[in-house]
Amino acid sequence: MLIPRLFFILTLAALVASPTLAAPPLDEIIRKANNVSYYGGDDGRAEVAMTITDNQGRTRERLFTILRKDIQKDGGNQLYFVYFKRPSDVRKTTFLVHKFIDRDDDRWMYLPSLDLVKRIAASDKRTSFMGSNFFYEDVSGRNLDADHHEMIDENDTYYVIRNTPKDPASVEFASYTVWIDKKNSLPMKAEYKDKTATIYRTMEVLGVETIQGYTTVTKSLISDLGTGGNTIAEFTNIKYNLSLSADLFSERYLRTPPKEARQ
Amino acid sequence: MKKVLFILSLLISVSPAQADMLQLKDSLFDNFGLDLAGFIEGRGGVRTQNDDYSDDVSLAEARLQLDLAKDFGWGVFKAKGDLLADGVVDQVTGRMRELHLLFSPLDNMDMKIGRQILTWGTGDLLFINDFFAKDWQAFFIGRDDEYLKAPSNAIKGSVFFELINIDLVYIPVFEGSTHISGERLSYWNGALGRTAGEDYIFDLEERHSTSRDSEYAVRLARNISSMELALYGYNGFWQTPEGMIVPDLKLRYPRLQAYGASLRNPLLGGIGNIETGYYHSSQSDSGRDPLTRNSEYRLLLGFEREIASNFTAGCQYYLEWMMDYDKYEKTLAPGSPAKDEYRSVVTLRLTKLLMNQNLTLSLFTYYSPTDKDCYIRPKVQYKLTDQWRLEGGGNIFIGSDAHTFFGQFEDNTNVYAGVRWSF
Repeated sequence: MLIPRLFFILTLAALVASPTLAAPPLDEIIRKANNVSYYGGDDGRAEVAMTITDNQGRTRERLFTILRKDIQKDGGNQLYFVYFKRPSDVRKTTFLVHKFIDRDDDRWMYLPSLDLVKRIAASDKRTSFMGSNFFYEDVSGRNLDADHHEMIDENDTYYVIRNTPKDPASVEFASYTVWIDKKNSLPMKAEYKDKTATIYRTMEVLGVETIQGYTTVTKSLISDLGTGGNTIAEFTNIKYNLSLSADLFSERYLRTPPKEARQ
Repeated sequence: MKKVLFILSLLISVSPAQADMLQLKDSLFDNFGLDLAGFIEGRGGVRTQNDDYSDDVSLAEARLQLDLAKDFGWGVFKAKGDLLADGVVDQVTGRMRELHLLFSPLDNMDMKIGRQILTWGTGDLLFINDFFAKDWQAFFIGRDDEYLKAPSNAIKGSVFFELINIDLVYIPVFEGSTHISGERLSYWNGALGRTAGEDYIFDLEERHSTSRDSEYAVRLARNISSMELALYGYNGFWQTPEGMIVPDLKLRYPRLQAYGASLRNPLLGGIGNIETGYYHSSQSDSGRDPLTRNSEYRLLLGFEREIASNFTAGCQYYLEWMMDYDKYEKTLAPGSPAKDEYRSVVTLRLTKLLMNQNLTLSLFTYYSPTDKDCYIRPKVQYKLTDQWRLEGGGNIFIGSDAHTFFGQFEDNTNVYAGVRWSF
């Protein structure tokens, strides 16, 4: 029995060592996809235009600037600052998130007409972001440790990975499947299934550009198949490595938004 | 009333010219760097019962708000004002809500000089260390929540250090909150021993002196991890007229010094907060002056969390503890209803968002077990489009006595509706 086992181990080692023969380990694929999606550079800035369309074709618009700073290495804690420009009723409202990997995020919102800094309970990250079909998690990422991951298919273009939640009660999906592009490591498509295995929500990347050397999504679409609504997000004026100070992500700038957000 | 209808119809006839308004916005921005926004609104409300001292119509108004800002690079100038056609008092008035300059003289310092809205503290529609002007009348008749906060002519300086942030507010001339005077809303008149309204509006002692009638407020704040800690100090006046000058029966804003602290932190999947304050009512003569409100200690405990998707619940416990209660009891005019030594209030806020967060159902309830009265604020808001918003709600006062804080407003119970076009 010794020889076959040794043979097996040697074969396995050869597979792992040879990139042409085998895929990188699953964790690495997932980690890389997460990093490319949410951790480009040490910090970043983008203008986001969301168009929300309901099942009757009526549209609403959200226009905001988003600033991000990583305070730990890829995959770690981050700071987010959002400055709303449109529609008029949320104009100049600011939103601050301190994202933590190992505990609930801290969230604050500033309402300029009341000069009020409101702290927001952040227990549920799978609620709509500003009435759009994007969830908070779609904007700032989902904790990789929250799901079990399993490679269900692989072809020339994609790794197809199914993710099932470790705590099913905390989320609305039973599982979701992600198509990760082998070339750029971006999740290009995702399908969310409910308990009856029906696909009720999809994400599709519609535009990708390389900006300052970082692979960047410039357009994406989330569709809610249940309600028939969808949201397209378009990202413009994207910049990385602006040397944003961590101080920008504080109550001071929540009340008096920095130039980096207003421009 | 006719004026309001005229102005409202004028505004509505103008408002479909949305494209023109957006063009004006763009041209102001392109040519002058001026950032313009605002809204046009019509709002009406009625009492749901007769009030012997006020009209049946509690709210009938058309409002235009313009909000202009210019960024000079070294600072931002802001001007925001309202033009209001008020059918209840039959007046057209203009009022600036903000007119200030914001700049940073040092890297770690911000200055905001001019007319501004000021808020701090952790309470939800309960205020312990926030002594900035409020407009309770606007709140009770069903104007937008924005109008609960009244503007102050102030200088606010903020300095930011590694260990602590310091905010200092100087208000040269005290203005006070818009209290319930009898105009528009009936109230308990202690001097008459009955409910009064338009028939009895007290004169107010004037506070106009820049040297004597200034207010100073300070906040020291620090965050430790997710915990927000703050200390507060205030030297000024009770924000509502809590005293009386006897021979001429004028209401007075007695002097007040206050000290407080607050803490806000994540708790059990939600947000918990605690805030406390001591109010030193220096003109009450340690409780011996029966016509001036005594010193008191205030405490607030709050908790809010999302209990289901798009459904948030918040509750608060609030306590006012009157100091020198024995002296208050001794000096109280015979026959006057006595306040309790402890007044407690519990609040409940429920907010449900529906239809992609375009429909908001909310309920805010104040209930005082000690006063045996309550104030319920149901509200429905629907965003028809990004520009058009419909709103309806009520201000329901229930009390077993005519002299308690919320109970005195029982006959002012009203419902209202409004429509707003934002640009």
